[in-house]
Parts: sequence; C-alpha cells; structure tokens
Amino acid sequence: MTVVTGQQPNLREPKGWRRTKNRTATVLMVIAFILAVIPLVFVLITVVARGIKIISWQYLTSPIPPQVVPAGIGGIGPAILGTIEIVALATAMAVPLGVLGAIYLNEYGGKGVLARLIGFMADVMTGVPSIVMGLFIFSIWVLHFGFSGFAGALALGCLMLPVVIRSTDEMLKLVPNPLREGSYALGATKARVTLTVVLPAAIGGIVSGALLAIARAAGETAPLLFTILTVFTANRNPFSGPTTSIPSQIFANATSPYTGAQDRAWGAALTLVVIAFVLMIAARMVTARFTRYSR
Amino acid sequence: MEQPEPDIATSLQPPKPAAEPQAPPVPEPQAPLMPQPQAPSGPGSIVFDAERVSCYYGSFRAVTDVSLSVYENEITAFIGPSGCGKTTVLRTLNRMNDLVTGARVEGDVRYRGSSLYGKDVSPIAVRRRIGMVFQKPNPFPKSIYDNVAYGPRINGEHNRGRLDEIVERSLRQAALWEEVKDRLKASGLSLSGGQAQRLCIARTLAVEPDVVLMDEPCSALDPIATGAIEDLMRDIKQRYTIVIVTHNMQQATRVSDRTAFFSVLRNEESDTRTGVLVEYGRTQQIFEDPTDSRTEAYVTGQVG
Repeated sequence: MTVVTGQQPNLREPKGWRRTKNRTATVLMVIAFILAVIPLVFVLITVVARGIKIISWQYLTSPIPPQVVPAGIGGIGPAILGTIEIVALATAMAVPLGVLGAIYLNEYGGKGVLARLIGFMADVMTGVPSIVMGLFIFSIWVLHFGFSGFAGALALGCLMLPVVIRSTDEMLKLVPNPLREGSYALGATKARVTLTVVLPAAIGGIVSGALLAIARAAGETAPLLFTILTVFTANRNPFSGPTTSIPSQIFANATSPYTGAQDRAWGAALTLVVIAFVLMIAARMVTARFTRYSR
Repeated sequence: MEQPEPDIATSLQPPKPAAEPQAPPVPEPQAPLMPQPQAPSGPGSIVFDAERVSCYYGSFRAVTDVSLSVYENEITAFIGPSGCGKTTVLRTLNRMNDLVTGARVEGDVRYRGSSLYGKDVSPIAVRRRIGMVFQKPNPFPKSIYDNVAYGPRINGEHNRGRLDEIVERSLRQAALWEEVKDRLKASGLSLSGGQAQRLCIARTLAVEPDVVLMDEPCSALDPIATGAIEDLMRDIKQRYTIVIVTHNMQQATRVSDRTAFFSVLRNEESDTRTGVLVEYGRTQQIFEDPTDSRTEAYVTGQVG
C-alpha cells in the first residue's frame, strides 16, 4: 500500500525531443496523405464534371460520328462494344491460365526448377511495358492474321497474366498449412485438397485480384494501338477486322482539334472510370461474400 | 467394430531390411544408443509395429532407432521434453511427414502386418484408415455440417440422409452434438477453441478410421475442455485405437494404457542431437516404477 504524498504523478507525455519528433512525424504524414489525395480527387472531379454533360443512353449506344460533328450527336457505342468483347476474351484467356499457373506454383511445383522459372518469368512479365506487349502481338499475330479484337485481347491477356498469377499466388500463400494437413489427414488427394479446401479458402482474394486485373486491362491503350487499329465503325466480330475500344477513342478524340470530339473523349473517360469503379465494387462484394465462413 | 482386412498395399511387401540402401552421410551419434525396451505383451492385437525407425529432416536426424508396438483399443501416450521427436514419430504413423519437403524415414513401420512405407502403399489410403487430430484446432472455413461431412464426401458418400446420420453420430461421439445441433449451418470458425477441437475430432471420426492419432490435442484448451476431450477419448477407445502426444504428464496418467517416454540424446563431439525412445511400458509402470533413471527424473519432475 503506497501513501500518496503531496505531489501527484504527472502522466502527460513529457516535453522534449521525443514529443517534438512524434508531432512532427504526425504532421508530415497528414501532409503526405493530403498531397496524395489531391491529384486523385482532382482527376475524379474533372472527369465527372466534363463527362457528365455528354453522357446519355443515346451517347452510350450510338455509332461514332466524324470528329467534326458537335457534341450531342452520335456516341461511343462501337467503342463500348469493342472494349467489352476484347476484355472478355482477354479475361477468358488470362484468368484461368493465371489461376492454374499460381496453383501449380503453390501446391504442386514446390521448390522445383520449373516452379521457380514460372515465378521468375511472371515477375519479369509484370515489368514489361504494355506497349512492348502490343508490339509482341503485332509481330507474332497481326502480321500474319491482320488486325482484330482478338489480337487486342491477346495483348491484354499477356498483360493480365502475370498480375493474375501473382495475386492468386499471394492469396494461396495465405491459406494456412494446417488446413491442408487437416484435409490430407482425412485421406484426401492433392487435387481434392486444392479443390475443396485451398481454393474455397482463397477464392475471395482470387476473384477480387482478377477483377482488379480486368479493370486495369480495360483502361490500357498502348497494347491496342498495334493490334486493333482503332476504327470508327462498329465491328461485331472480334475475330476478324479492325475494331475500336474506349481508351483508343479517348486517345483519338482528345487529340483532335474539334470541340465536339473532345467532349466525346471526356464522356468516354467518364464511362471508363465508371466501369473501373463498378469492377472495384464488385471485387469488394465478392470478397465479402466468400469470406462469410472465415470470420 | 469389425476390423477390415488391411488392403493398403495391393501386394503385401515382404518385411523390409531396417535401413534403406541409400544411407545418407549423416554423422552417427557416437554415444551408445539405449537397448530398446520391449513393451510387455498385452491383450489385443498389435496395430503398429515400429522397428528401428529413424526420421530425418534433410540431413538432420530427428529421431533415431525407435521400436515400439501399439495395441488395439488402447490409448498409447508419447511423452517427453520438447524436441525429442514425439510428434515426428506420430506423424510417421500415417505418413503425414510425406508432406514435409526433405522428410525421410528409415526402418520399418508395420500397420496390422503390412509395411506402411512399402513400395505400392498409397499415403492417401493409409490416411483414410489412420486419422489425425492436430495440436491447434483447424476447422475448415465451412459450416459445421460441411466440416464433419467433408471426409465422407471425399470418400464418395453423397446421399443426404446417410450424411445426416454420419454427421449426427460423429458429433455425438465427439460430445458436441447438443451444443451445435441447432446451428449446423454456422461457420466452423465460430466455435470456441474446445468446441473447434471437438469438431476436428468429429471430422476425424466421421470417416470411421481404425486409428486416431492425436498431436497434443489439448494444449490450446482450458481444463474443462481438456476434461471433455479426455472423457471422449475414454469413450471412443472401445472402437478405436488412439495414440496421443502430450506434454501433460497428468493427462498421460489419466487416459493412457501405455506410455512411451522419449528424450533428447546429445552428442557433444559432433554437436548433434536426436530424439530416442527411452522407455516404453504400461503407464502405471512408467510413472511408478520406471527402470530408466532419465524416465524417473522426468516423471518425477526433476527435469523438464
């Protein structure tokens, strides 16, 4: 039992160098955060403010007019169609391949030479500039078979593949090993363990990783330059003939001297932002849906 | 429970010589190894018969020359200080160590007469007969029902009615049914530690294994939950053979019929250490009348 004698203990943080350091660091972090947010907010405000005027159902579905036509007539229907086709094809190629590759890396490859090689190549591919990917597809595909939405999808798929492999790999690494052992101890085969325990435990992260890769691919312009040629007419067949996409239309219209075309570019930019936003929300919802049993 | 004929090997292997031909360049412990004590013969048939089993992780020899027999419908406890290889030996009994890269077993483990490490033996088939409960409860991120039904399902049982029966029976055996019968659809991860461990036991019992291996199943549990699991072990030993690794000597005396005491053998010259089986016998004999001084020191609390 202690007796309180006269002076009470001072429990406040003492003045001095330590408190100064602490406060300085806090202020610097707040400033850094604000600086980081400014461009984001600015971009969003500008795109919404300039794009919202032009967006309408008619704009989203109409054919692309000549660039001299003022805003209010025509739209970007073929570009939306092209983007949907190209991104869907790229997803269909890259996501299954990437997920299977990551499963091999994590569950089957172990520390083998092949697994390490794939992991290394995936890392290298992540760093390849997207325009190089476009050139690559141009030289191996377009030169032989001509421009097409499919060629664009190949280029985007090559861009998405390493991203999907890496994000899936990270998610599979997070699955605790005791879960795998619990399944093995019941007499499950490796395929069973992977299908019934590992993948369900990681599926939320895998799907949201794939959606983020799709959102990124949907906004790519450079790899499409050499692969879809960017025309202004609708091309329903993604396997043959030049086509167009939203990012290519933004590029073509924004660089034109006509104000109508520039306004249409802003509208297309807003459309793209909204698509990316919807995919992000979907990724969040998927993650929440699949983590129901893991809380 | 009827004992099915073991058919883990499509062709039964002749007893293998104790050591593989590709003996690794591992420094042999210089100290003389213990003569391995033989367990007194008891009633019931022998389930496991380990003969001079040594386990390696890479070049590290974790366990050296363990020989012991595990008897049917008994609870066999493995005790000893940390790092003495109890868990390693337990995991050789259902080939769980196959999953660890670099793990290797020398010597022979015979399960009801057939060699577990024979050429044609599938570890999958071994683990369907010899289940395992782990130190930390590891329920799958699925519902309670799906956790228990997991094993029967991978064995091809998809009939809803029969699955319901299996789930209820297994949860009752694991003394968990009354607590969860109204929320079988809830996540297995929503259970408390003791409940989750009993769920894992129910999951293991659902495939009706011949043997249940338990690796410190109560180390993460409070005394009440531990008591529940010990009661459950005594209940199910009529139908199963149980091998349990435990750090808790009171637990070994409470539940086990036989006890194996493992210890660490150090070699000062080559600076290596390895786990050895010091003494194996009836639990009462090990704790009240140990023949080895190291066993006596350990069970009376002078070391460890």
